[in-house]
Amino acid sequence: MSEAAVIPQAQVGEWKLPSKGVVGMACLIIAEAAIFIIFVVAYLYYVGKSLSGPTPKEVLEIPILTSICLLSSSITVHYAVSSLHKGVRAATSLWLALTVLLGGIFLAGTGMEWYKLIDPNDGHAPLTIRTNLFGTTFYSLVGLHASHVIIGLIMLTLALIFSLTGKLNSMHTEKLEVLSLYWHFVDAVWIIVFLVVYVFGR
Amino acid sequence: MATQTPVPAAVDQTTETAPRRLVFEVLQDWISTTDHKKIGMLYIGYSLIFLVIAGFEAMLMRIQLAFPNNHAVSPQAFNRLFTMHGTTMVFFVGMPILFGFGNYLVPLMIGARDMAFPRLNAFSFWISAFGGLLLYFSYIGGDGMYGAGSAPDVGWWAYAPLTAHAFSPGHSTDYWTLAVFLSGIGSVGTALNIVTTIISMRCPGMKMNRMPLLVWLYLSMSLLTFVAVGPLTAAQIMLMLDRYLGSHFFDAQAGGSAVLWMHFFWIFGHPEVYVLVMPAFGFASEIIPVFSRKAIFGYTAMVAASIGICFVSLSVWAHHMFTVGLGPAGNAFFTLSTMAIGVPTGIKIFNWLATIWGGKVHFTTAMLFAVAFLFQFMLAGLTGIMLSVAPLDWQLGGSYFVVAHFHFVLVGAILFMLFAAFYYWYPKMTGRLLSEKIGKWHFWIFLIGFHLCFDLMHIPGMLGMPRRIYTYEADRGWFLLNFLVSTGAGIQTIGTLIFVFNMVWSYFKGEVAGPDPWDAWTLEWATASPPPAYNFATTPSVASRRPLWDLKHPEDTDGQYE
Repeated sequence: MSEAAVIPQAQVGEWKLPSKGVVGMACLIIAEAAIFIIFVVAYLYYVGKSLSGPTPKEVLEIPILTSICLLSSSITVHYAVSSLHKGVRAATSLWLALTVLLGGIFLAGTGMEWYKLIDPNDGHAPLTIRTNLFGTTFYSLVGLHASHVIIGLIMLTLALIFSLTGKLNSMHTEKLEVLSLYWHFVDAVWIIVFLVVYVFGR
Repeated sequence: MATQTPVPAAVDQTTETAPRRLVFEVLQDWISTTDHKKIGMLYIGYSLIFLVIAGFEAMLMRIQLAFPNNHAVSPQAFNRLFTMHGTTMVFFVGMPILFGFGNYLVPLMIGARDMAFPRLNAFSFWISAFGGLLLYFSYIGGDGMYGAGSAPDVGWWAYAPLTAHAFSPGHSTDYWTLAVFLSGIGSVGTALNIVTTIISMRCPGMKMNRMPLLVWLYLSMSLLTFVAVGPLTAAQIMLMLDRYLGSHFFDAQAGGSAVLWMHFFWIFGHPEVYVLVMPAFGFASEIIPVFSRKAIFGYTAMVAASIGICFVSLSVWAHHMFTVGLGPAGNAFFTLSTMAIGVPTGIKIFNWLATIWGGKVHFTTAMLFAVAFLFQFMLAGLTGIMLSVAPLDWQLGGSYFVVAHFHFVLVGAILFMLFAAFYYWYPKMTGRLLSEKIGKWHFWIFLIGFHLCFDLMHIPGMLGMPRRIYTYEADRGWFLLNFLVSTGAGIQTIGTLIFVFNMVWSYFKGEVAGPDPWDAWTLEWATASPPPAYNFATTPSVASRRPLWDLKHPEDTDGQYE
């Protein structure tokens, strides 16, 4: 039993560890994926089990345009990160702005879709979260995804503001990369939601 | 061979008689802290308060059940008691106290100065803490507009459709779901922090296969937390939508399914047991080798078994639902998968036994608790195997046999190992040893109380006594057993009070520990006790699994054998 504490010092070669931000974001993505899986399971489990209308086939239109917008925003955010890495500020701002714009179009599309579904004067029975099991699972799954889009857009807008005011430089590449990982995740989830809700569920 | 030039751990120049700080300064220091050691101790202190509250609730239930036709508490109050006891013990005692130890120990053991995200760490603690406060605020606020209910009374599983507005008016169930939701956010935050710390903050030389087993088990436990707590969070969101917005997830009248809630809850619920027990495995894997004076037996097998448990535990949840009626395929699958999880846990038991075998065993209080843990965990596993057999489960499901089984795991394994951890690491946290003499009293009294209580509790279950029953008729033949079980609960309470006394007494009068009172081998013993805020004056670097062994025995270092 030693009286004074001593710290071991061994000879160690080169020592490199993974980035904290990337590992942390990967963990968050795993946890979020678990939440989404449960909502997807609930959606699939309740497909066709609604006791009353309207059914998905009657009211859902496939949102092709907005989906293309959201998926392309993965490409633009990738270019934003690589421009920042190269230190080209103007290009970073441009790509970030484009990402926010594309994400915004997607969100507006979801908003308009919901408005039409809820609106009783739109030529079909209105669909709300209380109407039937389809409404319950549809609004919660798409809404959960949309709330992730909103969070992503807020963070991307912040990054855009920092970029425009010149506070973003190549030192921040890793941070923007972590944010882009989140955004890629949100886009990937949309592919699943799209397939489940608009392809298989319809 | 690695040459070693050890350096002194601390260069803290604070004088011993630093002026006393104002109460407000101390308070501000603790509330605004982002130091992993302080947050760890906040977690532990907060859980101990809830442990006392939930233990008190258990005592009230045992008083009610000690005699037939008893009316010590009202039936309504009884329903609230078992709901609050279960919810508190799982979410506001078990999870936070284990995260507390993880917070404290993991950075020290891997030679880091703090967690990867210190502010997220503080956030996770405070959000869990407010979850607990919210749960207990329901005693005041749960009344709602209907004058119905106070604290939640839906059981800790909160099965649908009991949680629907029609059956649970007022706000009590809302408090339950919000409290559990907040605790889930805190748990995921801390788990994320622990994983990132372990992956990205290890000191030079600390390869993955050189990490202490406790660190490996916290890594497995945190990864399991992501996939286990996610479903619970999702299910709570659905329940909130049902209650607030009138959706129909668990509303059978609109075609919703109550069984779906059971699936979602137990996809969380069963891995949760392993989330709680894996840190206990971690404590055992540190304490048993040190007091057997041997390196752990089968390090690689231990790591593989931990990872194996992670995967297998995700496929066993429906053994909680045999009585629902799963059909032959479901029954067969979940029976087999549940039996399969006995394999990696069995490997662990054998490895601990092999570590003790032939060792020079020191029966300190920590080691006594660890040995009791080995026996009790094995017994708990055996009744678990019994319950995994679907036909037997149809007989025993929902009876006191099940209650006895899982309390054998939660108390006999986890709480015993937590006590061991307190005796082992208390000197590191406070600088003073817990009294061994009082500790021996604590151990033997608690052991007798535990076995009187939970061994005998199996029998009324086999005689058909259902769990959650408010009272029973005198002619059932359950009186004597229940009376003895309640006596055992009382004895455990006395044991716990002795432990609390020991903690307080030793804080002021205990023997001064020094940096390394147990002649141990992992890095947390290479700092002063308690460690300075920066943990290590210089970053340590290691060449084996037992860096302090190498330091003390330069002629026979571990690196040659690994």
